[in-house]
Amino acid sequence: MIATESLSKRFPRVTALDRLSVDVGPGVTGLVGANGAGKSTLIKILLGLSPASEGRAEVLGLDVATKGAAIRERVGYMPEHDCLPPDVSATEFVVHMARMSGLPPTAARERTADTLRHVGLYEERYRPIGGYSTGMKQRVKLAQALVHDPQLVFLDEPTNGLDPVGRDEMLGLIRRIHTDFGISVLVTSHLLGELERTCDHVVVIDGGKLLRSSSTTDFTQTTTTLAIEVTDTDAHPDGTRAVREALHARGVEVLDGTNGLPGAGHILLLTAQGDETYDLVRDIVADLGLGLVRMEQRRHHISEVFHSDAEAQDMTKEAAVHGS
Amino acid sequence: MAVEQPMPTTPGDQTRIHNIGYRNYDGPRLGRSYATRSLYSQSLRGAYGLGRSVKSKVLPMLLFVVMCVPAAIMVAVAVATKAKDLPVDYTRYAIIMQAVISLYVASQAPQSVSRDLRFKTVPLYFSRPIETADYVRAKFAALASAMFILTAAPLIVLYVGALLAKLDFADQTKGFGQGLVSVALLSLLFAGIGLVIASVTPRRGFGIAAVIAVMTISYGAVSTLQAIADSQGSTSAIPWIGLFSPVTLIDGVQSAFLGASSAFPGEVGPSNGEGVVYVLVVLGLIAACYGLLMRRYRKVGL
Repeated sequence: MIATESLSKRFPRVTALDRLSVDVGPGVTGLVGANGAGKSTLIKILLGLSPASEGRAEVLGLDVATKGAAIRERVGYMPEHDCLPPDVSATEFVVHMARMSGLPPTAARERTADTLRHVGLYEERYRPIGGYSTGMKQRVKLAQALVHDPQLVFLDEPTNGLDPVGRDEMLGLIRRIHTDFGISVLVTSHLLGELERTCDHVVVIDGGKLLRSSSTTDFTQTTTTLAIEVTDTDAHPDGTRAVREALHARGVEVLDGTNGLPGAGHILLLTAQGDETYDLVRDIVADLGLGLVRMEQRRHHISEVFHSDAEAQDMTKEAAVHGS
Repeated sequence: MAVEQPMPTTPGDQTRIHNIGYRNYDGPRLGRSYATRSLYSQSLRGAYGLGRSVKSKVLPMLLFVVMCVPAAIMVAVAVATKAKDLPVDYTRYAIIMQAVISLYVASQAPQSVSRDLRFKTVPLYFSRPIETADYVRAKFAALASAMFILTAAPLIVLYVGALLAKLDFADQTKGFGQGLVSVALLSLLFAGIGLVIASVTPRRGFGIAAVIAVMTISYGAVSTLQAIADSQGSTSAIPWIGLFSPVTLIDGVQSAFLGASSAFPGEVGPSNGEGVVYVLVVLGLIAACYGLLMRRYRKVGL
């Protein structure tokens, strides 16, 4: 889908991309990096809107330097920032955007109705966008990127500004873009945890350099942390401690990572080794007769990956500083 | 392309089954020039508030009516009094109504471009097949067309009225043609100036104020200076001063070449030689506006 070869982009003062070579196949691919890591610059180059200083890139087999218009006809783009005029309705706006992508008027209207329904906008689509919630606006932005049925969409920080429920819905939608619609996705985020659950493949860039490119299963195996919270009972006045001791007895050590956070004393963190760990926790909690309040995968901030990478690969201090 | 087909229902059975799965689009993709035309028609409609809220229809429609009503009244008078000629020349009409035209360009130029900048819709356009030049051309052409509709409509009213009043056909047709050429030039010039000013600011209010200021202050200054020059007897300076405001530029062009009587003090229009300078300045300004817009939008990428 996307291939770059020692792609560089230098501005007078900063180097946004530094000899980036990456291959992205079909499916949902996450592009992770801290703010200013070069994610948006990369998307701009891939859309053929900004020339690379060095190296080359191909999208859908088309060279970005010469085939920009052809690429933009087959690719959708959802920007990070707000981009919707408030005084028109979602339908009106998306129809216009569909025509801007080259769809004939009738097809533009049909595709708009379809796409808005697929992203979850119904009656409200006839009202001016100005009155929409952030979640609805994000859906309109997504709809305008999908309305011309592209082969690939670039989604720049689609979960920005959404509450946890909105985030989950958006991530579910992104997953469906590939599984149900058959459109490949390149989605950027600075939250790795989010992308772990949604993407088939994750590319991590930092300071314009490729830090890591691997399928998500590799990531989850090395980075999944499990958070557990249990209730107290008469038999076990401090349920948390009881679980910790039981885990210790089975040879599973609890991580020390929640210091200072409110309610930290009641949350146990441990590294999941696979399905057995979940079973073990379930059995221990059941044996002790405690209530399991939560057992969830902790979302990682991108910096944690950098830290663990630094440990694992004995990377230089510099990279760790970059990541934090 | 197929419309969602409800399953055939038996009479009395209210249930319908819709296929709500995703359907891929394999119809035609009409590409860059079609997209540019779509942007043109959307912007042209937008210049009269069509496809937008009721509130944004009020001002352009009102100005359109204000432009046409005096023409209708003149026609009514001409028909009723069986006058031999229309009270106002075709070429003169736009000059008389210049305040309305300035107000229109001041309100609609920012509407056309400042909105896209303010709400950051521009990056979305450039993520489509169109290029910077297509965007500028579509916006320029749309506003110029909107202005032409605004300024040509009253001329049509006058022309139709003149024919109804059985005025001399050849005479009226010639005047009408000259009027159309004049308002076409005026539309291009005003649209260019308005868009250049509006494209600098994402704030609509600033845009409106700036366009009004440029149009009225330049006209006020130029006509004051011309009046002073006239009262001091230096009539030769009058045409040259007229080069410095859009309205007097158009006035100069049409009085030199389109048989209009000048609105300059003393009714001294530019001579043919000076008229050539006027035409060159008008065309140069239109080209300069286009160039400035291109430069401006090269910087506004994603």
